[in-house]
Amino acid sequence: MSCHAPSPPPAVLEESPLKSAQPRGRFRTIALIGPPNSGKSTLFNRLTGLRQKVANYPGVTVEQRFGRMSGIRRHDLTLIDLPGIYSLGGYSEDARVAVDVLKGEMPGTPRPDAVLIVLDALNLSRQLMLAGPILALGLPTMVLLNMADLMESRGGVVDPLALAQELGRPVALISAARGTGIDAIERFLQQRGGANSEIARTLPVIPIELPVLQNPGECRRWASQVSSRTKYKAPASPLWTRRLDSVLLHRIWGPLIFLTVVVTVFQAVFTVGQPLNDWMGNGLTLLGAKVAHTIPVPWLQELVRNGLWNGVQAVLVFLPQILLLFLFIGILEDSGYLARAALIADRLMRSIGLNGKAFIPLLSAYACAVPAIMATRTIENKRDRLATILVAPFMTCSARLPIYTLIIAAFIPNRPVLGSLIGMRACVMLSLYVLGFLAALLTAKLLKSSVLKASSAPFVLELPQYRWPTVRSLSLRLYDRSALFLKKAGTIILAVSFVLWVLSILPLHNGHFSDLASSVIGKLGHLVEPVLRPLGFNWKIGIGLLSSIIAREVIVGTLGTLYGVDPNTQALSLQAALRHDMTIGGAIALVVFFAFAMQCTSTLAVVRRETNSLRWPVIQFCYMSGLAYIAALLTNQILLHLL
Amino acid sequence: MRPHRSPLAKPVSSEDVFEVQVMALSEVEVGTSAVVASLELPHDILDHLMHLGFLPEATIDVLRRAPAGDPTVYRVEGAEIALRRETARHIQVRRSVQNPDQTREQP
Repeated sequence: MSCHAPSPPPAVLEESPLKSAQPRGRFRTIALIGPPNSGKSTLFNRLTGLRQKVANYPGVTVEQRFGRMSGIRRHDLTLIDLPGIYSLGGYSEDARVAVDVLKGEMPGTPRPDAVLIVLDALNLSRQLMLAGPILALGLPTMVLLNMADLMESRGGVVDPLALAQELGRPVALISAARGTGIDAIERFLQQRGGANSEIARTLPVIPIELPVLQNPGECRRWASQVSSRTKYKAPASPLWTRRLDSVLLHRIWGPLIFLTVVVTVFQAVFTVGQPLNDWMGNGLTLLGAKVAHTIPVPWLQELVRNGLWNGVQAVLVFLPQILLLFLFIGILEDSGYLARAALIADRLMRSIGLNGKAFIPLLSAYACAVPAIMATRTIENKRDRLATILVAPFMTCSARLPIYTLIIAAFIPNRPVLGSLIGMRACVMLSLYVLGFLAALLTAKLLKSSVLKASSAPFVLELPQYRWPTVRSLSLRLYDRSALFLKKAGTIILAVSFVLWVLSILPLHNGHFSDLASSVIGKLGHLVEPVLRPLGFNWKIGIGLLSSIIAREVIVGTLGTLYGVDPNTQALSLQAALRHDMTIGGAIALVVFFAFAMQCTSTLAVVRRETNSLRWPVIQFCYMSGLAYIAALLTNQILLHLL
Repeated sequence: MRPHRSPLAKPVSSEDVFEVQVMALSEVEVGTSAVVASLELPHDILDHLMHLGFLPEATIDVLRRAPAGDPTVYRVEGAEIALRRETARHIQVRRSVQNPDQTREQP
């Protein structure tokens, strides 16, 4: 890739160091370091033009990320984004990563040539405690006071020149979110030789006394001396944020509001998302028919319309609903409410032997288990962390939404429950979420009282200040999620649909396609059917279960393709075809199966990486699949006798 | 309303404070504040807490308890930190009566 062409920034973040380009100055690699939630990733995104995940709670970034500084046209420089740390003594997995990279002890990552310390200007005197030990490392360093705009508007004051004198390093007031003050960073990075640099000239190097490394008392004394000599006045947090917690953490209102938020999200995801899905489905069906008409070759037309289009479309229609869920999760994460939710849930988490901090990864697993499992790195206790990794896939991730919505819309009548408070469909959806959550809790309890028994780890959680989520940050999240979803639909789902279609017409008889029942896929389906019959699943569902081991939403694509090629159900919508082919017992058993089953290769891969063993993902897969089978069997048998 | 205390304020010195008693941080009532006397915790967590500002002579405001009565949110060094009772129990504090001119400028 050419580094100097004004090409659009790469869409994916690099997980490994970038190949070296010819640097223009004396720096090649620059590290971003600072306390948690000080805005490092926001600045990283600003400087690189990339889109690393940002949110308003400590511990969003849990591993080092690399990017070229294309955002300020310095393609020759590599910027490393690091997890936030409170001190250089790493106590959790993510903090150790940051410290190792900074000290040049991380295998495969070059030692940074320069450091940008990002401090939250709203709370400078404590944040300076970290600056001391980092300055003592002796690397060329610039100190950035982030959120300076907020500090000033809330009445805070600091003298950056005096601070630069005190620290012997350049200091800049910036706002990473707004992009102000970035030019000072550009100037800092332009210096070529130490002594001749502009900044070195303007700032006479004065001997400064740095606190003894690793002594918090010394650091504190030093930091408070520095902040008082630089006339730092901390801004007052606005009254509304201080009042907000007295409501959101209120003894009675707190939990009630928490529950209301959860129920409202599900209700909205269903009542608003469903019509959007249908609308999208209608559009896609029309488009599919149009496209297929233009194809002159009959077998090709068959392939495109019944094979590929049906499969991909069946999954694509769920995009609006998934985006809606991500919008809600984004608002919760960006506002700072997530940390409060962890606080409210701490009592519950303690009763199962886990830490309230484990609640943050578990909540983010509602979007996807993969980042959630990464996020467990912030849990200090190793056994607690492993337990959280093992139960995270029980949380209802967005990949389960398609099959849940499909089955619920097809089988559950749209009746109000409890007056008009919540619809029956939203109610069933909520039950499935609760089911997954309970499975996670009980499994964690089981693990924590047996193989992963450990003394309870202390719960220390910093509550971030509330902030309004920005439209920019929310829309970027949705954009990224859509891109990911479309990519999945265009690759995995398309490929699976194609393979299924081919298998559904083979073997050829005198140049004619097989009929579905005697095709390869039909034979395979009938082979697994006896095992699944007691669960109320037919052979098509069986194929769906097999293919969805790749990823959960694949089942919807598979069913779209299989019912699409079946002449008996070809004319029906997927919902109608399912109603035609399944009992309600089997349908409910199917969603119960998905609530428990580990149908996701990405999750298995990340569990293997994070636990550094093959044993845990294998145990997890067997346990979850076994549980899913038994639960679905019971559901179907009980409903069979009841109805 | 508590007076807003700048994180810049020097640790409260003995002449500003009428010392009442030494007690565990977990026993301090919500809405009042106390000054850290000593911490008796395992090294890892001790180090972490000290870097968060739980240091001898630091003033800690007890802001509110979580709905279940535990953990409790404390303000230290301008940041809000939640700790469980089992941790706060091991932080010994001196309960102080606030002197209104405590935040006066230091020379």
